Amino acid sequence: MIINHPLLGPRDASEFVYHGDAHLMQRPNPKSETADKDFHDYMYLRENIAGEMRELWFHEQGDRSWLVITRNTLTHDITKVELARNIKREQIKEAQQ
Amino acid sequence: MRYSALKIFKEALTGHKGWKPVWRKAEPQSHYDYIIIGGGGHGLATAHYLASKFKQKRIAVLEKGWIGGGNVGRNTTIIRSNYMLNGNEAFYEFSLKLWEGLEQDVNYNAMVSQRGVLNLYHSDPQRDAYVRRGNSMKLHGADAVLLDQSGVRKLYPFLNFDNARFPILGGLLQPRGGTVRHDAVAWGYAHAADKHGVDIIENCEVIGFDIQNGVCSGVETSRGYIGARKIGVAVAGNSSRLMSKANMRLPMESHVLQAFVSEGLKPVLDGVVTYGAGHFYVSQSDKGGLVFGGDIDGYNSYAQRGNLPVVEDVCEGGMSIMPRIGKARLLRMWGGIMDMSMDGSPIIDKTHIEGLYFNGGWCYGGFKATPASGYSFAHLMATDTHHETASAYRMDRFSRGFMIDEKGQGAQPNLH
Ligand SMILES: Cc1cc2nc3c(=O)[nH]c(=O)nc-3n(C[C@H](O)[C@H](O)[C@H](O)COP(=O)(O)OP(=O)(O)OC[C@H]3O[C@@H](n4cnc5c(N)ncnc54)[C@H](O)[C@@H]3O)c2cc1C
Repeated sequence: MIINHPLLGPRDASEFVYHGDAHLMQRPNPKSETADKDFHDYMYLRENIAGEMRELWFHEQGDRSWLVITRNTLTHDITKVELARNIKREQIKEAQQ
Repeated sequence: MRYSALKIFKEALTGHKGWKPVWRKAEPQSHYDYIIIGGGGHGLATAHYLASKFKQKRIAVLEKGWIGGGNVGRNTTIIRSNYMLNGNEAFYEFSLKLWEGLEQDVNYNAMVSQRGVLNLYHSDPQRDAYVRRGNSMKLHGADAVLLDQSGVRKLYPFLNFDNARFPILGGLLQPRGGTVRHDAVAWGYAHAADKHGVDIIENCEVIGFDIQNGVCSGVETSRGYIGARKIGVAVAGNSSRLMSKANMRLPMESHVLQAFVSEGLKPVLDGVVTYGAGHFYVSQSDKGGLVFGGDIDGYNSYAQRGNLPVVEDVCEGGMSIMPRIGKARLLRMWGGIMDMSMDGSPIIDKTHIEGLYFNGGWCYGGFKATPASGYSFAHLMATDTHHETASAYRMDRFSRGFMIDEKGQGAQPNLH
């Protein structure tokens, strides 16, 4: 698999470490009433989709950035690569508005 | 039809005209007592033990493809019971005991070969860890022998003992471990289950569950609706995909694992050897091919094929401990989809939906578990209680803090 890094261009997937479903960026609120259950679900349960999925990859052998990659688990085709940093910034901005 | 030496003799004299199909092609009925979803090793073994040991009737196995097309026909055939933790070791030892009597039980030659499984160690701390594991195995009634370097040299003189970075210092041997012809396991269980009246229905994909008021009483399939009192799911790599139809999220990711076979060679390796400093293991099939593999690719996949970086990694591992493997040509390679769980251990449990039972999370090691998995899943479905060796494989163990994590890696499936 070749991952088209937004800053570095096409890189071999073996430079990256796979972390899993991009929902792992959404840490639950520890102050919520349901925090116990929320953290269990966050930690242990996964969507595990057969088809298009958004996932977190870490460029360990490169610039050490976190990427959100949209990839089809049935074909391994990659259709979108974004910097996780940018996505998180957008989310924080939205939450503040 | 019973297989025996006498039968072979009779058939040889009469032109081999009396052989019958190993199991009959059954048509789905409208209602069963038990439906097992998934005609892999685990599903077929479950049906066999439900019928033969627990004396249950009206059982069907629904398989979306053909018998032997899943992981049961894709694995590297190794059986062993060399685990360490309490929740695991008794279960895998129970499985190994069932393997030892399997061929008589199902009346089918599965080529169970207890040729020994040797895990190499390459440092003093690793030896200490193996001593601990070996002791744990013995406490559970399994067999384990610690070999020093000369002991390993006697067995396999051609290994690369003096590797500068990872010298082979010795190994932990389980003499009762070995290999089994994988697809004969599927055929054997199918044969035996069929003889007990189980309907084995191929080309029948389950596409939904009939769940009302928390009770599951049937399944939608590609061949119509089929009702049942109890429904057991044993679909390995497709677990999350199928259980999402019952609105369940599982503690699992599906990953691809690759396997490799070389051209046929004269006998060079009579047991199973695993590398302790890299991801590589190898045995030789009775046809002569070296059968080997290594790590999972490491990302979610349902593609049944992997990528080249892992091929390179596996070949490097092979060259590192057994340089002569470099002379052999690779004949075939393929992939299978693993149901990787959050602690590396399986689940055999009831779900919160009445009548719906789940078996999965076998990671890359479920072949050796086939007999015990089938037996304890049948036990659970027939009696609604857990088999004594499988009582730790609960669905809620993650929320209760009772993980069974042999490697201590945490909730990161690609590290197990
Ligand atoms: C390359 C490789 C090497 C391995 N090596 C070893 C090893 O050396 N030792 C070991 O112990 N284990 C090994 N394993 C793991 C082992 O093969 C699996 O854990 C085990 O086979 C899984 O159980 P099963 O046989 O029931 O799975 P499968 O044979 O995969 O059975 C599941 C069945 O369910 C069917 N199914 C899926 N969805 C549906 C549906 N919706 N409706 C109906 N049917 C459905 C599938 O078609 C499939 O036939 C290996 C696996 C692979 C891929």
